[in-house]
Amino acid sequence: MDFWVSEMHTGNVKISIRAERQLFSAQSEFQRLDIFETPEFGKVLTSNGNVIFTEKDEFIYDEMIVHVPMAVHPHVKNVLVLGGGDGGVARELSYYEEIEHIDVVEADQLFVYACREHFPEDANGLDDSRVSMYYEDGLKFLRSRQDAYDLIINDCTDPLGHAAGLFTKEFYGSCFQALHEDGIMVYQHGSPFYAEDEESCRIMHRKAYRSFPVNRVYQAHIPTCPAGYWLFGFASKKYHPLRNLDAKRWRERDIKTRYYTTNLHTGAFMLPRYVEDLLEEEEA
Amino acid sequence: MDKKRQLQAPIYSALERFRKQRVVPFDVPGHKRGRGNPELVELLGEKCVSIDVNSMKPLDNLCHPVSVIKEAEELAADAFGAAHAFLMVGGTTSSVQSMVLSACKAGEKIILPRNVHKSVINALVLCGAVPVYIDPKVDKMLGIPLGMELEDVRRAIDEHPDATAVFVNNPTYYGICSDIRSIVELAHSRGMLVLADEAHGTHLYFGQGLPCSAMEAGADMAAVSMHKSGGSLTQSSILLLGPGMNERYVAQIVNLTQTTSASYLLMASLDISRRNLALRGEETFAKVAKMAEYAREEINGIGGYYAYGSELKNGGSIFDFDVTKLAVYTRDIGLAGIEVYDLLRDEYDIQIEFGDISNILAYISIGDRLQDIERLVGALADIKRLYREPKKNVFLAEYIAPTVVTTPQQAFYADKESMPIEKTAGKVCGEFVMCYPPGIPILAPGEQITEKLIDYIRFAQEKGCSMQGPESLDLSRLNVLKEV
Repeated sequence: MDFWVSEMHTGNVKISIRAERQLFSAQSEFQRLDIFETPEFGKVLTSNGNVIFTEKDEFIYDEMIVHVPMAVHPHVKNVLVLGGGDGGVARELSYYEEIEHIDVVEADQLFVYACREHFPEDANGLDDSRVSMYYEDGLKFLRSRQDAYDLIINDCTDPLGHAAGLFTKEFYGSCFQALHEDGIMVYQHGSPFYAEDEESCRIMHRKAYRSFPVNRVYQAHIPTCPAGYWLFGFASKKYHPLRNLDAKRWRERDIKTRYYTTNLHTGAFMLPRYVEDLLEEEEA
Repeated sequence: MDKKRQLQAPIYSALERFRKQRVVPFDVPGHKRGRGNPELVELLGEKCVSIDVNSMKPLDNLCHPVSVIKEAEELAADAFGAAHAFLMVGGTTSSVQSMVLSACKAGEKIILPRNVHKSVINALVLCGAVPVYIDPKVDKMLGIPLGMELEDVRRAIDEHPDATAVFVNNPTYYGICSDIRSIVELAHSRGMLVLADEAHGTHLYFGQGLPCSAMEAGADMAAVSMHKSGGSLTQSSILLLGPGMNERYVAQIVNLTQTTSASYLLMASLDISRRNLALRGEETFAKVAKMAEYAREEINGIGGYYAYGSELKNGGSIFDFDVTKLAVYTRDIGLAGIEVYDLLRDEYDIQIEFGDISNILAYISIGDRLQDIERLVGALADIKRLYREPKKNVFLAEYIAPTVVTTPQQAFYADKESMPIEKTAGKVCGEFVMCYPPGIPILAPGEQITEKLIDYIRFAQEKGCSMQGPESLDLSRLNVLKEV
């Protein structure tokens, strides 16, 4: 059978993944969700036709969005994960014993249901006794939180989709308010390569850069992202992602990772010139 | 309303039939289904340009409807509970003008609240009628003009028994309604027509638990902005007539100023939107009202903002309140409404309808989603956190009663001279001055200029309101009537 699942990365570029069969398809209030079984990437989950994650490469961003801030902040007790309905981020967080509480806020119950059915290993992260699950709008949830978290992880990927509210100035402002005085926030920063993505990448940096005293961007190679290239934002009230990296302490935890290392941590903040340039233009 | 009949959309169906016929065009428009203007096709899409066509037999003619447009107008009349409906393509401005021109001739009086849209006074310039203004009470704190009190209307009618019509905003931009039923009863008992500006009231005809619509109240004419809460394309509108009006005479008035090349995009959008409202309007507006109520609760929960609602009702100047409207008083965080409006756009990428000196108005409609409401609420909370200022001396709004020295028409065409604005106190104004939006005149042609008005104009200007009307763009000068 010649069954291909295609995602448009721009109006003129698409990536196609051969599929064996479709496992799931449903429409929620927020999005259309589909899950495909594919020979190359394992199970692939799409939202409105855009790949959200695949079994094969999801470990990269789960690790990069969790271990980078965790290797910097010296004492994380309370964590907020926005949009982490698949449980992958919660799973990575569960390796840290000092974390006392993890709030996961996901607007779409169907998303959690679909992940639990088809990606049970990730979803196990949500079953950790420290996790509280909230089915709510992220912005609304944040509005009432003040000085409550050491770390906020924005796990939403699409600044134009239903979670657009989590890429706005009011969002960064609400995060700032919800964090303790030495809190850190990390977020998906999109891909800077194609022209249209570059624009949303710029807008995001412009807003986040002005909302936090420390703001750096780091990168990872994720095959199913546009151009295979993905950025993350590191916004912090106090700690610097490199100067406050405690590599020794992190290595002593002996967490098994497949992508993240403390060496890679440092390297991930060394950006290509064109990315540095576009970020700097937004800082001016 | 005949729900089964409302399933039809005759103009839309005729366009669909026409498209399939693939008629070769040797008529206007010259772009010929877009072939002559590929950039336009790129922008608007093939489907859109292919139905941008001229009046012709299968598609009827808006100037003299006999087939599909006539049917569409009958369906609209049925949906709105009117005796007759005109599809309008010149905006609700054209509907308002047609009402005024149908109701009064040169020298005749029309009773109207001061907070009418400029299109009403423009219509007076066209027809030469004399305005008799009623003081719309002003809420001192919010600084917004309210509705007309029945007693004030009665007094105006007693003082001007020769007036031909009473004009009512139903509701105002801010959602405030006068007691339109009683006004209709009173005016009709004195032989006057009632005209209603329902630019912000399309939904009153379809939602439950909303203020009374003009046709339901028995008004004679109503101008309905379908393109606002009704969902049709910008510039499309509907003019409704009650049973007492001569439809043929109003049609002649409409045709005085209406284009003879009415856009089928606009007419089809009216047709489809009318069907949508008739079939699904009730549930849609229940949803809109619920979203607006939710936003009010959340915004009031932030503190420092006042999103007002039905609690304002006072039986008189605020006889009823349209709960689908979301207006927020912002002065308690030390910011003018217009300042919050600018911050929302420049810093938060949120475009709201308008900001005035003390309030902002966010338009909630058929197309909104709860997550967008969360963004608005989140942004308001963040603005309070980052930009709040100590509460400044509150500008107590008051109604500045205009002194009409001469009719708008006489003043508009009179000999005028340009003077520095600070020297114009005591002169008769020759042009409009207004903040836009909401487009309600501070000064209209034929009115006396006073120190108080000049102060008010300066204040609004300093706060960043967009001032429109005068020839002098920075409003440093005003055209006043030459003294004889």
